[in-house]
Amino acid sequence: MGRGTRDYAYWSIGIALVLIFALIPVIWLISLSLKPPDAITDQRFIPSEVSFDNYKSLFEGGIDDSPFIKPLINSIGIALITTVISIVLASFTAYAIARLEFPGKRLILAGALAIAMFPPISTVGPLFDMWRSLGLYDTWPGLIIPYLTFSLPLAIYVLVAFFREIPWDLEQAAQVDGATPFQAFTKVIVPLAAPGVFTAAILVFIFAWNDFLFAISLTSSDASRTVPAALAFFTGESSFTQPTGSIAAAAVVVTVPIIVFVLFFQRRIVAGLTAGAVKG
Amino acid sequence: MAEIVLDHVTKVFPDGYEAVKEMDLEIGDGEFMILVGPSGCGKSTALRMIAGLEDISSGELKIGGETVNERAPKDRDIAMVFQNYALYPHMTVRENMGFALKLAGVDKDEIERKVDDAAETLDLSQHLDRRPANLSGGQRQRVAMGRAIVRDPKAFLMDEPLSNLDAKLRVQMRTEVAKLQSKLGTTTVYVTHDQTEAMTLGDRVAVMRAGALQQVGSPAELYDGPVNLFVAGFIGSPAMNFMPAEISAGKVRLPFGEVDLPEGAGGRDGKVIAGIRPENFEDAEVVGDLKGERGLVFEAEIDLVESLGSDLYAYFHVEHEGVQSDQLADLVEDRLEETGAAGLREGEEQVVARLEPTSKVSRGERTELWADTANLHLFDPESGESLRG
Repeated sequence: MGRGTRDYAYWSIGIALVLIFALIPVIWLISLSLKPPDAITDQRFIPSEVSFDNYKSLFEGGIDDSPFIKPLINSIGIALITTVISIVLASFTAYAIARLEFPGKRLILAGALAIAMFPPISTVGPLFDMWRSLGLYDTWPGLIIPYLTFSLPLAIYVLVAFFREIPWDLEQAAQVDGATPFQAFTKVIVPLAAPGVFTAAILVFIFAWNDFLFAISLTSSDASRTVPAALAFFTGESSFTQPTGSIAAAAVVVTVPIIVFVLFFQRRIVAGLTAGAVKG
Repeated sequence: MAEIVLDHVTKVFPDGYEAVKEMDLEIGDGEFMILVGPSGCGKSTALRMIAGLEDISSGELKIGGETVNERAPKDRDIAMVFQNYALYPHMTVRENMGFALKLAGVDKDEIERKVDDAAETLDLSQHLDRRPANLSGGQRQRVAMGRAIVRDPKAFLMDEPLSNLDAKLRVQMRTEVAKLQSKLGTTTVYVTHDQTEAMTLGDRVAVMRAGALQQVGSPAELYDGPVNLFVAGFIGSPAMNFMPAEISAGKVRLPFGEVDLPEGAGGRDGKVIAGIRPENFEDAEVVGDLKGERGLVFEAEIDLVESLGSDLYAYFHVEHEGVQSDQLADLVEDRLEETGAAGLREGEEQVVARLEPTSKVSRGERTELWADTANLHLFDPESGESLRG
């Protein structure tokens, strides 16, 4: 057995272990979501009887009565708006940081890092008070603003790294070709930074989508409550049943957009897109 | 098409480094001008100032009679070929070449037609729909040229466009560039550190050193009449041989003999640096009658012989009495370090001679050589300036 084959075998076993470790809980969740309420506690990995009642119950009653549809809309809306604003602002910032020399450049980067390190929990109390007096409590902007605060540093760091990789000459070539600085940015730099932009977008989207802390603290109704927070308010069919099945079904449903989002953008993240731009 | 005039153009970087000093240069309409010099001499900075990619600290730059100091690159109507080509990797060859026209708002059919024409000229027609990543180095280089020529700009600026190609392709592309330029007749400024490229391509060559223009002239003028040690040592391959000498009473005392001061060589009594090009040496046996008429016959021990078939390079060293001051040796050494010529060591230096391939010289033997001192160059040891009037 050659060294290559043995390495391959070791890697395969390692990867299989990691996959099992990561996917078993997900499969367990799917399994739970497909069991009828009375079979939830049967401790079987594969449901003896498959039922979609849990999923139906999520969407029952339409927009007004369903416990899930409004939070889902809130989640999608808030996460997308956060992603768009964050990426636009972060690309401008990162571009300036990667390309220009200006006083305070290090300060901005250090500040961004400091904010990223800051424990969100310590901001929740003050935000709660502030948002209530400003009228932002339980609104979309009330969540989008703190999400931007914590996602911007992340996006800036990712994008600075990507922008630095793009040859400076390309932009100058565009300028000599007759492009304004803005055209050079949008027609040459942005398409080339696309993998970086999509990477940052995915990270920001997942951050906003998964957040529970701000969502539970800064909302009080379906007006702005996102799915992670809404799950905590699920009730069973009667006051004596656990809403385990519905929660499992909701958890499966909220995973789907993330998977779609990643798969969609992953196709754009083509490694080595800049290959062939410049020699060497 | 237009002429480019640099009037006392200076570039000082924010850290105080003066990259280009008071550069005066007139590039005529349709002229092929080469900026040449060792790395760090300011030639690329000068080109980038013409392109508008670098601000001009002081002085005036005119393109086609208009002062363009404050104009953005896009408003100067110039095209540039970058050293690393700087092709847009997300665009096809066609899109790369048509990008400038598209930005200028030219209509689609027109762009198509111009790109096709340029592709034809550069032999790129079958690659128009490929992306730069899938092209060879030579093809990428041609796309970079194509991007410049489709626009029919006032001037082409080329920043070492051939330096990333392998030696064979470089020679081939060199002739292509020369042909293309003479066909299009567009004013061209071409930066290179390669003196061979400079000599073979340009109508005129501007030699730069440490941010200052040393000499501007046709390749022949630079070769035959260098104004200082730097130009003399930089132009020509192998480089000119330098050695200490002394002028007294109409005679030049060289390390290997004494000759009459050549006509037009200039100079006054005192110590000088003499320069002799390798081809001004010859095997005394091959020369025949000429050695009686002029020049100097001397004996030297050959250290090394390199035969290239068409040429034969013989290396020997000459010794001289301690007539030279340390200061002079330092000066010369400093100069030669920059030019890459053989170093002048204390009391001895290496000289290279280009001999007829039929010569019978061989390594380690003492041989009679002849030096054609009619082409002797004499330089002031302090300033390095040529003593020719």
